[in-house]
Amino acid sequence: GRSFNASLLSSFNIGITGLCFKKVKTHSLQDLRQPAVSSKVFVQRDYNSGTISKFQTKFPSELESRLDKQQFEETIQTLNNLYAEAEKLGGKSYLEGCLACLTAYTIFLCMETHYEKVLKKISRYIKDQNEKIYAPRGLLLTDPIERGLRVVEITIFEDRSIGSGR
Amino acid sequence: MKNCEYQQIDPQALPPATPNPPPPPRGPHGDRGEEPTAPRRKWQVFPGKNRFYCDGRIIVARQSGVLPLTLGLIIVTCGLFFIFDCPFLVKHLTSCIPVIGGLLFVFVVITLLQTSLTDPGILPRATPDEAADIEKQIDNTGNASYRPPPRTKEVLINQQVVKLKYCFTCKMFRPPRTSHCSLCDNCVERFDHHCPWVGNCVGKRNYRFFYTFIVSLSFLTAFIFGCVTTHLALRAQGGKGLMFALQESPGSAVELVVCFFSVWSILGLSGFHTYLVSSNLTTNEDIKGSWSGKSGEDVSNPYSHKNIFVNCCSVLCGPMPPSLIDRRGFLPADESVQTAAVDTELPTLATKSVP
Repeated sequence: GRSFNASLLSSFNIGITGLCFKKVKTHSLQDLRQPAVSSKVFVQRDYNSGTISKFQTKFPSELESRLDKQQFEETIQTLNNLYAEAEKLGGKSYLEGCLACLTAYTIFLCMETHYEKVLKKISRYIKDQNEKIYAPRGLLLTDPIERGLRVVEITIFEDRSIGSGR
Repeated sequence: MKNCEYQQIDPQALPPATPNPPPPPRGPHGDRGEEPTAPRRKWQVFPGKNRFYCDGRIIVARQSGVLPLTLGLIIVTCGLFFIFDCPFLVKHLTSCIPVIGGLLFVFVVITLLQTSLTDPGILPRATPDEAADIEKQIDNTGNASYRPPPRTKEVLINQQVVKLKYCFTCKMFRPPRTSHCSLCDNCVERFDHHCPWVGNCVGKRNYRFFYTFIVSLSFLTAFIFGCVTTHLALRAQGGKGLMFALQESPGSAVELVVCFFSVWSILGLSGFHTYLVSSNLTTNEDIKGSWSGKSGEDVSNPYSHKNIFVNCCSVLCGPMPPSLIDRRGFLPADESVQTAAVDTELPTLATKSVP
């Protein structure tokens, strides 16, 4: 029991390694694959500004016991700003587009686009947020790109004896 | 239980490997699992009707339509042009002609291949958890085995009410401007149309390739048509007549026929798409008349920037969106392999556990 909780905590803090020990109790096939997922919350897209990638900042009620509303809003707002930066229409993106057109778009095969660079930045930001804020509270943010930019998936893990999480 | 420790289960929640750049920075993730079988890539379990080549690098629709015909016509016509017309025109006019022809030909073929072989903006289907969450929100009537009535959601975009439809195949509410292509069985973002000539859907990611293709093809067709006409006219000079000229250069007759019939349709298509680009519309929206205000209400296109130049730039020169389907990513280990391994453990564990 205790060693299990310690390893669960350490795996969260590291944030990358997928090592997971399962204590055999009454588990279904589902649980055997994951460390006791309690539920998942999906933050949907906000289409009020059009088709740009933007997520709703409305605080889900299921997270009320685990997270500050302000922290959540800050995370989502930063993500929205990063996506806006990736999709920004400006001189730099036009230049990239025109240059690509002149080369019959073959430069896309060898060059990393601005959008891809920002996606990497977003990925690093999410990892950082997971390590600092979400993992200590038994939560996990999933990068929206892995869900086709449809949702921000937040996994809520069962709160065993990790404490109040705050 | 011992097997559990060695399996290095990746909890489904933790991201396996970054999707887009081919060499993933967290590379070891996919290779680290000591799975008994080779890790599978996501394209191998893709649910839509697409075919993949080069280990997921190239994607095409299941039916290639008339793409071979399109390619064949272009290559044969240009081949005939270089063989029959260019030598004569180089001698009598200028040697720029094969150079221009060659550049246009290369441009056309490259953009055609890019239109056909690129992911048009396919939206991956919703995961089971997402689908369940949406179902809960819609509040359906229990375990109905028949299809519930169509579900829609309304959003306000730039003071315009837009209806989002629920896609039964992909189990999600389609984003605005997204449509489900029945030929490819995928939801495609900013769906324009499914082009049989190109053998692929035209959507957000490959619209600029498609537009460049048809514009450069119209230039190429017009150019060849002009050159062939000049060639035949020059040959027929001195009272020799057109028949004599055609006999001397039979290939030109074929080119003439092909170009004459295609130049009008391709020029027309280019003109139509130029109009669509300048007003930031898709073929789908134009055909349905979504923003033309036929019913008398005050509707206008909420996606337009109200400026022709900005519309053109945003559609053709905007940032290139990434592919959302992550064809070459590895499947999370637990999905593809663990089910087999865990199944064998269950019988022994079941005896210990109390249901």
